[in-house]
Amino acid sequence: MTTLSDPQGESFRLSMLLNDTRYRSYTFQFIALVCVAALFAYLGSNLMANLRAAGLSISYDFLGDPSGYDINQTMIAYTSQSSHLRASIVGLLNTLLVSILACITATIIGVVAGVLRLSNNWLVSKLMAGYVEMFRNVPVLIWIIIIFTIMTAVAPSPSAFRGDDPDASMVFGMIAFTNRGVYVPAPVFEPLGWVVLGVFLASIVASILYRRHARKKLFDEGVLLPTTWPTLAIVFVPAILVFFVLGRPITLDIPELGGFNFSGGVTLLGSLIALWFALAIYTGAFIAENVRAGILSVSRGQTEAAAALGLRPRRIMNLVVLPQALRVIVPPLISHYLNITKNSSLAIAVGYMDLTGTLGGITLNQTGRAIETILLLMLFYLAISLTISGLMNVYNNAVRLKER
Amino acid sequence: MSDVHAQSVGWVRDTLIDQQPPPVTEAGAVKWVRSNLFSTIPNAILTLAALWVLWRLLSGVAPWILNGIWDAPSLSACREILDGATGGCFAVLAERWNQLLFGFQYPSELYWRPMSAFLLLFVAIAPVLFYKTFPRQMLIFTAIYPFLAYWLIWGGSLLTPVCAGLGFVIGYLVYARLVTQSFAMGFFGGIAAALVFWWITGALNFTGILMMERVESRNLGGFMLNLILGTVCVSLSIPFGIALALGRQSDMPIIKWICVVFIEFIRGVPLITLLFVANVVLAYFLPPGSNFDLILRVIIMITMFASAYIAEVIRGGLAALPKGQYEAADSLGLDYAQAMRLIILPQALKISIPGIVNVAVGLFKDTTLVSVISMFDLVGMIRGPILASTEWNGVYWELLGFAALLFFVTCYGISQYSQWLERQLNTDRR
Repeated sequence: MTTLSDPQGESFRLSMLLNDTRYRSYTFQFIALVCVAALFAYLGSNLMANLRAAGLSISYDFLGDPSGYDINQTMIAYTSQSSHLRASIVGLLNTLLVSILACITATIIGVVAGVLRLSNNWLVSKLMAGYVEMFRNVPVLIWIIIIFTIMTAVAPSPSAFRGDDPDASMVFGMIAFTNRGVYVPAPVFEPLGWVVLGVFLASIVASILYRRHARKKLFDEGVLLPTTWPTLAIVFVPAILVFFVLGRPITLDIPELGGFNFSGGVTLLGSLIALWFALAIYTGAFIAENVRAGILSVSRGQTEAAAALGLRPRRIMNLVVLPQALRVIVPPLISHYLNITKNSSLAIAVGYMDLTGTLGGITLNQTGRAIETILLLMLFYLAISLTISGLMNVYNNAVRLKER
Repeated sequence: MSDVHAQSVGWVRDTLIDQQPPPVTEAGAVKWVRSNLFSTIPNAILTLAALWVLWRLLSGVAPWILNGIWDAPSLSACREILDGATGGCFAVLAERWNQLLFGFQYPSELYWRPMSAFLLLFVAIAPVLFYKTFPRQMLIFTAIYPFLAYWLIWGGSLLTPVCAGLGFVIGYLVYARLVTQSFAMGFFGGIAAALVFWWITGALNFTGILMMERVESRNLGGFMLNLILGTVCVSLSIPFGIALALGRQSDMPIIKWICVVFIEFIRGVPLITLLFVANVVLAYFLPPGSNFDLILRVIIMITMFASAYIAEVIRGGLAALPKGQYEAADSLGLDYAQAMRLIILPQALKISIPGIVNVAVGLFKDTTLVSVISMFDLVGMIRGPILASTEWNGVYWELLGFAALLFFVTCYGISQYSQWLERQLNTDRR
């Protein structure tokens, strides 16, 4: 060994910096550091020179100025007199809203399509394969535009709902699809209505406690308690009882045609719906492939072993296949959630006022502060992404196969 | 046994019955339909539901396509011909075909140039994609192709792309001479030599020598722009991605952290924000007075974006290699560069191919985003000049359907190729 290692006691020569494995890594790192520093210095000096030539400076003061523009969908109080910062926060909330809606819908679509693609029904599995290939291979921007076109160019205008024999009618007498958006009923809570909601939430907690109790009973005493029906009963029966006992304190505010437009209820803008559904069906196709791969990744031996132990098919699915499949499904699933959040920035193509539409769109155009707004925009998205991937790591560590 | 039967059975057949065909319900199409479509009641319901969906789709789309009008000067003329019947107005595709493919500003007498560049792309890419079928000598053309394609699409003096190509040749020659001493020397020496060559030739002015009519970048558009952005950015991002992946795996903390920060930053922000950077911010960071055109800035940003994703794919490939491969390379006495070039990367890249193709397909689809920063790619052309024109205002489905079809054919083709390649490369003995 001693003959192979580097000779000792030799005096240091300059060429050793490049050829000696002991020093070479320091040389390379030093060179890399110098290169990066030089690059930044070069870009920075260009920036300074350009800003000086244009008479600009870097400043975030504009965030406090009144924005001067309206936003068609706000989740917090906002007027055109509010500051640019508040406009950005409205945009951020809109981004989060559409992302969360699209994540939930995409998961449902993806799981259903993925499971159906594995069905023994030839026609259904081919149909689902068609869905997956069709949506995966066409840009999401085109899907957003297609659905937006359906919402704006094909849906009837509110005036089509007028008259004794209207051209269009409301779905279930409650929901109106118009080219100005979709009008859906909004729940109205009277003071007692909150009690009903409280009871409902409490019964969800109670059902979880019941399931935990049933599980403990099964593990400790070997007594199998029924769970499905009691859970449903615990969740719904008290809330429904309270609802009627208190005299129906929750009512629906149904949109009505008045003047030139519908009033009442909640308006879902066409751009929100386009973005939401396009992201959901596009990403749903990817999730379907994940789900399929996850279920296929559980080897047949597992299913057969469980069957040999005498488990019924549903229990095999719940206790053996799904927990193992989830380990494969969830990491890419969360990266698809990340993609949805990032792709929601395409809102700017259909005029939905998300973060890109407010901060990176109108604020940028009005103030002309390109560097500041785009840096801020990137930081917002980076924060969302890092939060989601942080949660993903926590989950991954929790379900990771405990290796010996 | 036979005694018992001899008394109880009156008659015993002493010859075999000829083989009978299976019952009708247990063979052929009927059996297939029964077991695949109507095996259980829920299955039958699903089948009927699927049939209903198919029927709805077909009954909606079929007359629209079959009654389609292919020859009309405008949408209103189309509607007159249709006279109330359902039918698509595909005449817009026929009339605006060149705009959809090349954008509305590319000089029409020069369409043969991008067209031949497009056809030559197949010649250039064939020996890479089907490396067993085509002779290796064709790779020389593949190496020449980028410069040739640049000349065909943008025009200008032939000497410009020739000099760019010569830079690579000189860089390689210097590399080949120095690599015998050490890989690092050869690598950096080659890069330096190429840079020096480009710096010298960049100062020369080739105007007038072997000229073709010059086409400005802002005049490019249509599906051609998508193809250019897609192929250029994917091919550029693979070497950068490999470098970033190796950097991220490196033992040297500073290099590792530079790569980690770059990759995570790029992966954390949407492509649109990077395109905004290309559109409005990047100009501030370039030397005053320099005039990078928008397409070049966009290529820079999309390449950065794609490299980060490809780096993560390749890192996955590197991590999937068994540790024994690294140790075997070390025990053979190979240095880092040799081990990577000869042992690690060939295997890691092979594992990464499906992932790389996924990124490539995703990137190609994402090139449509440039329409947001008012470049007229296929989607930009449709939403901008064509739908805004008085003749074709309102022809949504034909145009969007065409765009979707074009992307579908390309992306589906690529993904099918990647699956085929995976089977080809699957050299494991099982």
